[in-house]
Amino acid sequence: MATATLPETPDLTLDGLLATPQGHALLSCIQCGTCAGTCPHGDVMRYTPRRLIGMLREGFIEEVLASSDLLSCVTCYDCWDKCPRGLHLTDVLLPVVKEQVLLRLPQVPSELQGALSNTMRYGNPMGESPRKRAAWADSAAVPVPILRDLGRPVDVLWIVECYAAYYPRGQDNARATARVLAALGVDFAILGTEEKCAGECARLVGEKGLFDTLREQNMATLGKYEFASLLTSDPHAFDAFAFLYPSLGLTQPVQHTTPFVAARLDALRPRMTRELGYRVTYHDSCVLGRHNHMHDEPRRILEAIPGVSLVEMAHNRDNTLCCGGGGGGMWLDTFYKEKGHGRLSDRRVEEAAATGADVLAVSCPYEVPRFEDSLKVLGYDDRIVVRDVMELVAEALDG
Amino acid sequence: MAGNVWIVAEHWRGTASDATRELLAVGRGLADSLGVRLEAVLLGHGMRGLAASLGPADAVLYVDHPTLADATGLVASRAVAALASERAPAVILLPTTNVSWDLLGLLPARLGVPLVNFCREVEVVDGALRVGSLLYGGKMAVTVDAGPGPVVLAILPGTGTAPAPGAPEPHVEDVAVDLADDSGVRLVAYEEPEAGDVDITQQDALVAVGRGISSEANLEVAEDLADALGGAVCGSRPVIDQGWLPLVRQVGKSGLTVKPRLYIAAGVSGAPEHVEGMKDSELIIAVNTDAGAPIFSIAHYGIVDDATDVLEALAEAVRKRKG
Amino acid sequence: MKILVLMKMVPDIVEELEVAGDGSSLDPEYLRFIVNERDDYALEQSLLLKDRLGATVTVVALEAPEIDDVLHTALAKGADRAIRVSGVDVMAGTRAKAAALAATLPGVPGVLPADLVLSGCQAIDDLDGFVGPLLSSAIGLPYLGLVSRIKVDPAAGTAVVAKEYAGGVMGRFEVTLPAFLGVQGCEKPPRYVPIAKVRAAIAAGGIEAVPAASGPAVTPLAVGAMAKPVAAGHAEMLEGSVRDVAERLADVLAARGLI
Repeated sequence: MATATLPETPDLTLDGLLATPQGHALLSCIQCGTCAGTCPHGDVMRYTPRRLIGMLREGFIEEVLASSDLLSCVTCYDCWDKCPRGLHLTDVLLPVVKEQVLLRLPQVPSELQGALSNTMRYGNPMGESPRKRAAWADSAAVPVPILRDLGRPVDVLWIVECYAAYYPRGQDNARATARVLAALGVDFAILGTEEKCAGECARLVGEKGLFDTLREQNMATLGKYEFASLLTSDPHAFDAFAFLYPSLGLTQPVQHTTPFVAARLDALRPRMTRELGYRVTYHDSCVLGRHNHMHDEPRRILEAIPGVSLVEMAHNRDNTLCCGGGGGGMWLDTFYKEKGHGRLSDRRVEEAAATGADVLAVSCPYEVPRFEDSLKVLGYDDRIVVRDVMELVAEALDG
Repeated sequence: MAGNVWIVAEHWRGTASDATRELLAVGRGLADSLGVRLEAVLLGHGMRGLAASLGPADAVLYVDHPTLADATGLVASRAVAALASERAPAVILLPTTNVSWDLLGLLPARLGVPLVNFCREVEVVDGALRVGSLLYGGKMAVTVDAGPGPVVLAILPGTGTAPAPGAPEPHVEDVAVDLADDSGVRLVAYEEPEAGDVDITQQDALVAVGRGISSEANLEVAEDLADALGGAVCGSRPVIDQGWLPLVRQVGKSGLTVKPRLYIAAGVSGAPEHVEGMKDSELIIAVNTDAGAPIFSIAHYGIVDDATDVLEALAEAVRKRKG
Repeated sequence: MKILVLMKMVPDIVEELEVAGDGSSLDPEYLRFIVNERDDYALEQSLLLKDRLGATVTVVALEAPEIDDVLHTALAKGADRAIRVSGVDVMAGTRAKAAALAATLPGVPGVLPADLVLSGCQAIDDLDGFVGPLLSSAIGLPYLGLVSRIKVDPAAGTAVVAKEYAGGVMGRFEVTLPAFLGVQGCEKPPRYVPIAKVRAAIAAGGIEAVPAASGPAVTPLAVGAMAKPVAAGHAEMLEGSVRDVAERLADVLAARGLI
């Protein structure tokens, strides 16, 4: 009679991590604390990167791994960006540590558990039927071809991602983006019901296994089709496709919609004929902005829209303030509330209000619900609206 | 079809259940269609007095035994099966309540006869039983040809309209059954739920949250609306399972039955076990992202949208009206 | 202490169910199966008992689409054995499934006798019976259902359990083991297990495949027709922006003197 066995999952040991080049570099941490100082939850977290590395070096890492503290890391890339030693914090250390935390957690907070289980089963954290993933396209003003039905290679495979596909405000963005792509005459198609979450936020909360599974499934789907490049509206998906999918064979170039459109402004300008008359402040997202440093592209687009004047918030570009949705934060609001964390999106919205802007422009789908919530809570929702850059472009389009 | 129609009268902690009145209505209709007798099996210890209220039945078969006080499904199924083996009823009706749940499962097993579950209508066609049942959380309706019997039918609440009072008292037959209980399953005590600050059965307005509320953090929004309406928050099973609300706030089969003036079902799908606990609410408003959710067939007003968004907006609108 | 957990797959109602061309069964095209939620609670209960008492947990399931994921997940969560019984159609009735298990389990070494058998006490596809009462009757174990808390005293050979009634009232029962308990809930929701552990379980193999033994035939229910339910009524659907809808609802409430 066969008995089931489970191989030991590799424990994080000092040796194991330090065996990698990036891990070895951690030894050069000078314990300056810039990471802790810049961390949006640094005032409420016990184990900021500085302490984490210190404890790792001294052999006390188990205490960190046995705690739920690291769930408060929203993988905003601020510590990674500011570290004077250029240590690979958000991109290497933190997901590895969080994976071990998740393995030891006696109880995963229920909303996060639901999001992860749903993503595994239905390919989206909402738990919606995969069959409904392209439903948004039924009410798009322009044709949105499904690659499987198109039956031919396509220039641009547009990965819409979960929030844009299923959330009403995300769907607004998807429909707006479709109009912009059509206005640019882009030959594009979507995967529709074959699309599954890229899983980057699952990876950032420590669910490497889920990410790996999704990556395998997505590569198998992509392998069925011919397309010249990959485009996505979601900065987290962008990171995954651009940096983590090539190792599994993705060779096509990957772009986020913002720089894609910014590179085509000359073609777009003549089509943007409506004067919007908005005072706009742009929120740099952690991933598109701080991680990938794509600050100028969205601003060039906004400045090209007729009747839009730009005003900057106090924290901008690489100093942007995280909305709190990354690294699993999107599904940990109850957990953060129980721990007494202030809402990060509230902080950001206060800054937006201080600029006197009437539009808070974003380019990451998490930011829309998070900032809209904060606007309501803080009472600014009668004077500021949240719009994705694509929504503003579409609004300015003729026809 | 030979054989009578039986119901097993349900009572719990001294009181006859509402479900029993429904069963009698369904059973009476069936027995009349078949031209046979309706007999009510009443199990208990010192409960003979309940027999008088089982009027629509032609006769009550009363079994009294110490082990039938707070009878387990094991003992009850033994008693009913012993009677049924002797008297060969064509069909036995039972309610789909928690109290009768074990009996519902064990009786057909013991008798070796089929069960048809989730029944909401029964009719006689060419002398055979045709049953309409709801499957898959209420998402599909099936018709089952149950033949001439014998068969056990599990009747969903709301299936029979309770008969008008004033039926004559039925004839009571005392039946003896040998019922030594060697099952090793023993009731020690009932445990009342922790007294909550709120009795949801006494509220005029209830905001019910279900799985569609997505996260515990969103409960706040429901509480805010309940507050604006002068009511309280309650929940369906999944929300209680997650520990977001205590048991005293549960509406449905294992929880409480409520009949408020206003019931707002937010993110509640409307599965039968929940619906049975709130279907008699005066005004039912349902919000769900699934246009096909069964809740919309019993609600008066329906909105296909995100529950949290709608509750939030409604709280604001209500407060503005109240000034 | 030995615990046996029975799990089954049921149609996943997150997907829109459609009726097949024959008018009396589910259209398999978009039909997906998911583990019966109450069985997940039964598994969680067994694992809690394993954590506390060092029991061994054996999970048995009939072959069905995606059942391997469920069994590997159970192993990853800590179950000691996972057995898949083949040869019974996933759309067979519960009576047939229970009969197949009753015929098969005695012949699988080390499964029976168990001190405690657990299974969810209800499922959305239980048209002709419930697994617990049917199987327990067949293998000669006492049955108590709607159980949502289980404490075991292995030395005394008894369990103290909470059974759900209505209105939040629980019945505290003492049960002499061995027994079959139908699980409704658990003191905590089913635990999460990281996918990496499930993948490791998949790589390790570990599911034992057993063919169903034949037993007495079970006559299935004669299902005449299947259709989406025609509701006696339907809600008046309100459309528009959330703000508009809220205003209309406020109108309705005001008209009824509710605000």
